[in-house]
Amino acid sequence: MNFDINSTPLDLTGEKYRDVPYEEKERLFNEIKADVRFHDVLYGCYECGVCVAACPSARFYDFSPRVIAQAVAREDVELVYTLMNDSIWDCSQCFSCDRCPRGNSPGGLITLMREVAVKNGLETAKEALEGYGRIIYKIMSTGTQVSPDMLQPNAFPDWGHHVNEIAENLDLWRRALPPETLHTVETGWSVSEKTIIELYLIWHMTGVMDMIKEIDEGLFMILQDVMEERLEDAGYDVLFDE
Amino acid sequence: MGQQVIPVEELIKSKKKPGFKYTPEEAPTEDYRDILFQLEKEGELEVIRVPEPYVEVTTKYGRKKKIPLEHTWHHKSCGQCGHIPGYSTSIFWLNRQFGFDYVDPSDQTSCTAWNYYASATSNAEAQAAVAVRNFAAAAETGRFPLIHCGTSFGHYKEVRHELLHHHDLRRKVREIMERLGKKLVFPEEIVHYSEWVYAIRDKIAERQVIDMKHIVASVHPACHYHKLVEEDAIYDPEIYGAQRTAVVTGTLKALGIQIGEYSSWYDCCGFGFRHILVSRDFSRSFAVQRKIEVMKEEANPDVVVTHDTGCVTTLDQSQFAGKAHGKKVGIPVMSDSQIAALAMGAHPYKVLQLHWHNTENRPFLEKLGIDPDEKWREFEEALEKLKRGEKQYLTWEDADA
Repeated sequence: MNFDINSTPLDLTGEKYRDVPYEEKERLFNEIKADVRFHDVLYGCYECGVCVAACPSARFYDFSPRVIAQAVAREDVELVYTLMNDSIWDCSQCFSCDRCPRGNSPGGLITLMREVAVKNGLETAKEALEGYGRIIYKIMSTGTQVSPDMLQPNAFPDWGHHVNEIAENLDLWRRALPPETLHTVETGWSVSEKTIIELYLIWHMTGVMDMIKEIDEGLFMILQDVMEERLEDAGYDVLFDE
Repeated sequence: MGQQVIPVEELIKSKKKPGFKYTPEEAPTEDYRDILFQLEKEGELEVIRVPEPYVEVTTKYGRKKKIPLEHTWHHKSCGQCGHIPGYSTSIFWLNRQFGFDYVDPSDQTSCTAWNYYASATSNAEAQAAVAVRNFAAAAETGRFPLIHCGTSFGHYKEVRHELLHHHDLRRKVREIMERLGKKLVFPEEIVHYSEWVYAIRDKIAERQVIDMKHIVASVHPACHYHKLVEEDAIYDPEIYGAQRTAVVTGTLKALGIQIGEYSSWYDCCGFGFRHILVSRDFSRSFAVQRKIEVMKEEANPDVVVTHDTGCVTTLDQSQFAGKAHGKKVGIPVMSDSQIAALAMGAHPYKVLQLHWHNTENRPFLEKLGIDPDEKWREFEEALEKLKRGEKQYLTWEDADA
């Protein structure tokens, strides 16, 4: 089971990425700064460490929301590049760091950094999302993150024998749920045809599929087939790979 | 090497004014509704009004927030529907008990925020468009969205901030909505179901049939409920002096339940979004070591009560591995909707559906004077009818029989 991409201490010297041209690092940094939300998440930093004290990931990884906020505030392009590769994926996105007395949101800043890492297909982003493709497929194609038939023993071995019991009784226990929408695994998250078409159009108009292509081309092709066919059936001539 | 000198004023600017008092006049943040209604006047968007009847509650800085009692469009949680279905079943059960009008829609997508916080394979426009599309679907039914998931609630509050402050984002989302044949609409309030439970807590207590005064519960406030856009969460001077959110705790107190305090209450549950799926040892370890063991040592509660999908999942399911390692675990985990329904006499298996939860909850039921064996037999009888084909599905009437 994948534990963490940074099981070794974080190297902040910049040595690891010395061969990446400064201009490329600066381009990515400017992409982070250009995000419309950038000025909502970073106001400067006292170095007080309140964010680190509240951070769950800081307890388990060599990870510091303070270092990330500081590096971006000081426009330390080299360090930001290192953190974009070797640190941001440890964040739990709980936003406990939002208690910052300055009003920073290091978690929000990390979201922007992750988006840039994905959009630019950084290898470390691909590594961080290894094994995650099935989730992206689910959310993009069905409009839900969690499948009502997901509780299978091979998917959750660390949740114990209780998962086996659910899996064995899944159809029957579903029928024993009073709300009509929950009666079966098919209706447990049933999205109308019109709604799913609307969702696909949103993905198309916002360029999200371009991000998927950068991170996992195989997944992109599968999603492309599914979505384009359904959109065509609904009367839309939409191509995701224009 | 190309680094710029940052002006001092840039480094010392702050979003927050220092300190705050529990009065709206001295709140350190803007009231988003001022901007929302101004934008409506300017024709930028349409506001979905909170329908009557509603209850007014107070948020972090003493502002009023309207919580609709009924005519609600239930923005369900993908996780609740997927693996803890008794969570949303209990929300619907409460609505039915009070005779409130609601709709359980199929024109809803998830907020997609679990994926977004995990993988970042989305962007501001897509996230805002997904939110507005769901709100538009709610408006088309003439009902008001009630959000089941803490992450959806928090994420939609962030989306609201972005939409209200960024003209270009509004323009883009408006264009997308036009393509979908919808308008750019936004609700007057973003309301989490636990706020609705809190708003009707006295009504629930009036109909309480299970005595819970001897029960000790530890509360885990969901991060995305009270940390994301912190000012729009319910606070009450009577609960922790308005220093912590009053949601869940206020509901439990109304039911007579004792609150088991523990020092790591502010910590997250360990869910981590990406971590619960592909770095699960972090989630398990954090949930056990920073939450469950601390609760056990400092409060030894009968139950953990929380109000979000991921929190119930992580705190409950992680205890299995903790037990295998000899950790101090073994506290059942439930949502406030389940506890409220139980207090009103809901069946622990037909309504709360506790068999989908992992950690042993029978001692908790026994302490409440509920015989879990008898209740399980009743549930099995219902299952037998389904197996024999006497009934296709368990109905609401069956659940209350």
